[in-house]
Amino acid sequence: MLADLFTGSVLIGLLASGIRLATPYLYAAIGETFGQRSGVLNLGVDGIMLMGAFSAFYVVFKTGDLVGGVLLAMLVGLLMGLAMAFISVTLNAEQGISGIGVYLFGLGMSDLLFQKLINNVQTVSGFPVAPIPFLSDIPIVGQIFFTHNVLVYGAYLLVPIAWFVLNKTTLGLKIKAVGENPEAADTLGVSVAKIRYLTVTIGGLLSGVAGASLSIALLNVFQFNLTNGLGFIAIALVYFGGWRPTWVLMGSLIFSFVNALQIWVQVVGIPIPSDIAVMTPYILTIVVLVISAQRVRPPSALTKAYERLE
Amino acid sequence: MKRFGKLVIFLVMVAMLSTACATATPAAPAESTGPFRVAVVTPSAINDLAFSQSMYDALAKIQGEMGKDKFEFVLSDGMFVVDDAAAAIRDYASQGYNLVIAHGSQYGAALQEIAPDFPNVSFAWGTAGDTFGIPNVFAYEAFSQEGGYVNGVLAAALNKSGTIGVVGPVEVGDAKLYVDGFVAGVKATNPDITVNVNYIGSFGDVALASEAAQTHIGAGADVMTGSAQMVVGAVGVAKEKGVLWFGTQADQTSLAPEIVVACQIYDWAVVVRDMISLVQSGTMGGKAYAVSLENEGLKMVYNAGFALPADVKALGDAAVKGIIDGTVTIGVGGK
Amino acid sequence: MRISWSSIFDALLPLIATLTALAVGAVMLVLLGANPLVAYGALIEGAFGSFNAVADTIVKATPLLLVGIGICIAFRAGVINIGGEGQMILGGLSSIALGLAFPNVPGIIMIPVALLVGFIAGGLWGGIPGYLKARFNVNEILSTIMLNVIAIQLMNLLLRGPLIQPNQKGAAAIPQTARLAVEYDLPRLIPTRLHLGALIAIILAVAVYFFLWRTTIGYRIRAVGLNASASRYAGIKVERYIVLSLMLSGAFSGLAGAIQVYGVNHFMITDGTAASFTGSAGFNGIVAALFGQLHPIGAIPASFLFGALLVGANKLQRVVQVPAALITALNGLVVVFVVSSEIWRRKNARKRAIRELEEKLANVAHNSSPEGGDKDAG
Repeated sequence: MLADLFTGSVLIGLLASGIRLATPYLYAAIGETFGQRSGVLNLGVDGIMLMGAFSAFYVVFKTGDLVGGVLLAMLVGLLMGLAMAFISVTLNAEQGISGIGVYLFGLGMSDLLFQKLINNVQTVSGFPVAPIPFLSDIPIVGQIFFTHNVLVYGAYLLVPIAWFVLNKTTLGLKIKAVGENPEAADTLGVSVAKIRYLTVTIGGLLSGVAGASLSIALLNVFQFNLTNGLGFIAIALVYFGGWRPTWVLMGSLIFSFVNALQIWVQVVGIPIPSDIAVMTPYILTIVVLVISAQRVRPPSALTKAYERLE
Repeated sequence: MKRFGKLVIFLVMVAMLSTACATATPAAPAESTGPFRVAVVTPSAINDLAFSQSMYDALAKIQGEMGKDKFEFVLSDGMFVVDDAAAAIRDYASQGYNLVIAHGSQYGAALQEIAPDFPNVSFAWGTAGDTFGIPNVFAYEAFSQEGGYVNGVLAAALNKSGTIGVVGPVEVGDAKLYVDGFVAGVKATNPDITVNVNYIGSFGDVALASEAAQTHIGAGADVMTGSAQMVVGAVGVAKEKGVLWFGTQADQTSLAPEIVVACQIYDWAVVVRDMISLVQSGTMGGKAYAVSLENEGLKMVYNAGFALPADVKALGDAAVKGIIDGTVTIGVGGK
Repeated sequence: MRISWSSIFDALLPLIATLTALAVGAVMLVLLGANPLVAYGALIEGAFGSFNAVADTIVKATPLLLVGIGICIAFRAGVINIGGEGQMILGGLSSIALGLAFPNVPGIIMIPVALLVGFIAGGLWGGIPGYLKARFNVNEILSTIMLNVIAIQLMNLLLRGPLIQPNQKGAAAIPQTARLAVEYDLPRLIPTRLHLGALIAIILAVAVYFFLWRTTIGYRIRAVGLNASASRYAGIKVERYIVLSLMLSGAFSGLAGAIQVYGVNHFMITDGTAASFTGSAGFNGIVAALFGQLHPIGAIPASFLFGALLVGANKLQRVVQVPAALITALNGLVVVFVVSSEIWRRKNARKRAIRELEEKLANVAHNSSPEGGDKDAG
């Protein structure tokens, strides 16, 4: 019976669905990876995503300009990242708590702006599906990987870029040094504050894009709490990935595929309670981590403020 | 001991602040000559294009009919925390509002405790059918299975692929009533159609609702429906894929004029108007309402921009008529 | 004890930061067309304006304090517990299941047993991330975030099924339990909504203070948090204390959930979110704990003030009719401002430490002089 349910086209649909679902997680989690690698935990990702989602939606709603929407989401994300950096780096505030504050602010502010500037739920025409020439013609693979919108491709492109920056550039070396041993990095002339400002701001910018990917590419709507806690899952995926972009990708994909699968299981009417189906991606993410038995140590200075002794 | 010193100072400051600023604003007493004053507490945002908005729209409509000098209303939306809502209900009641509407079935227990303390204030709650036997409590519910059934009949008539998809929130209450009615409507029209139902476990997860819609379409659905505020995600997908959509709770045509066929809308104004006249004539509660197709608290709204074949529309009208005169039995919930 | 200006400043710092955040909020209020003075007058009235208002504030503060003292324990052991929401749910579910299963037990027996069950259930739920961390090196932030969602779905499942009120039948059933027997209501302290739970929370806060600073286990928990590798070198089984601290942290959240059920709601209902039951206390308790300097005693006034802000802000919304979203944004600003203001406290603390050191050095110099030596001898 199960064999009937898993026909080829179904499987392709499931995989394509997982690829799409992972998009916002990837943007947010890769951004957060940069911040955490340099020692800053930003729990405010979800709030920044919401502000990004609203900004992008607003631009597209008013002007139809998709690129403009992404750019504004980036700018808003960047500014909120900058604010988070100021709070956690310059003011050395406790990172977890300031993140919760940023989250609450974004959650409330995005809805407030929505109510005052748009006021009712509307849809926009977001990024259309843009099949990649030639690649999308490949049977099966083309449908799974190369028939999405531009922001989906962007998320996956981000993974090798992030990997390259972290592992093959001086900047990456500095980021990791600041996250592992800020005193030593400082002694070697690396400005801990500058690096952390940079990574947290990048994280904010990417969270903004993550929000935009929801509001003007995947869902094409905005409403109160559009992300529904997605940013927190993204943070969990950073831990899942052990602060390595490739493993963050793995985590995002596993989580998203299982989510796509549980929807499918319900749709075809396999009789398990909907609540248990909804739980599975969350349980499996933990189980996979336990089985894979990774022994990755977090960056030593994560969540620790660095105060220069003058 | 230094810490304790700080704490003492802290507390003294708090005490000073509280005494210095404890100026109670006088509550305006309810007067029969003044405007009729309504306070409403809703769990989600009043612009959710679903449950909360249906009540807001009704109150705005009544205000339009009666005039701002005759009818005032205030609201607290986003009160999904049950004990915050309880505080709001109690506070509005103590300010002498004529009618306090607790617009969420989760507020029932709170109302049961609060209402007896304010015998001069009327309370209403829904969706529910129980006034707890308290004289100043009204209850209201929606026979949402009725519009669900009509939507199901129309959906079955328009369906070509043999598969219809339904995106639900949590498997309970008003949403489940609608979904079950919808399935009954489809099955009554064409028992061979497969109706795939999935509950995403949340009223707010737009992304999952959207992905659920994608999955339904992948499974062959060419007609879909869904309930609660997160379905906007599913409507977006339907629009993109050119799949037909049936809505409920509020008119969702504006979201996707190309593919929305019909919506069941809740018009609570029918209920609220009656409550107002009862309260004004001295009856504080005790009545349980249900909006239905019969009393026009539920209405089928067709998208004028969608070219619905006349014979299909006739099927829908027949279903409405049948439900009203009792020749159609849905077999879900109801009178 | 000497109260210096700088320590008064320290004590007032959170208040000053809150006022600054509210000043920013005032600008937003003006933009929304509301009078900030009226709005903030309503906030204060809503939080402190009457006996009932103060009682509501304390009721709101109670779960914040309970979660907060759990957070203190976890933080002292060097772990972050952001699973308070899920742990509260588990505490609520298990305690109400017990109370509904045995409706005819005397309240004086049932109430303590049910609260204990909630405490244990929260502890076990909190123990999962502890065990996963100790045994499999699964980071607690990941596991607690995931477990929060799992707890919500578990709540949906149970409230739809085994725990549902018997008369909720058919398609339109509301996912709620029956009301607990009235004998099981936590006793009210005064004729307001103020219930015994508040007193329990305060007593436990003091108890946790003694636990952390006056017992060997508490000492070891703190040692693990201060320096895990040194603790291990000193023979402390670090993993065991991490599990223990997360369990305790979860247990206090679980108790908060049980008290929310027995003291406030007396039934449970789900709308598919955690916050509808917890009021986000699982998160806000973290904030309250930090405002209280991660000290269980400090968490008492911090929870009270944070509870006041939450209760008062809702009143503000009702009086000036601004969107509820503003309240959320405002809370976020307050959190950010208060946590940021800590830098001045730390600066002051450093200055004081240096001054005290200098004074000590001066004293030492003084004591080592002939007269000082004579005094000691005498």
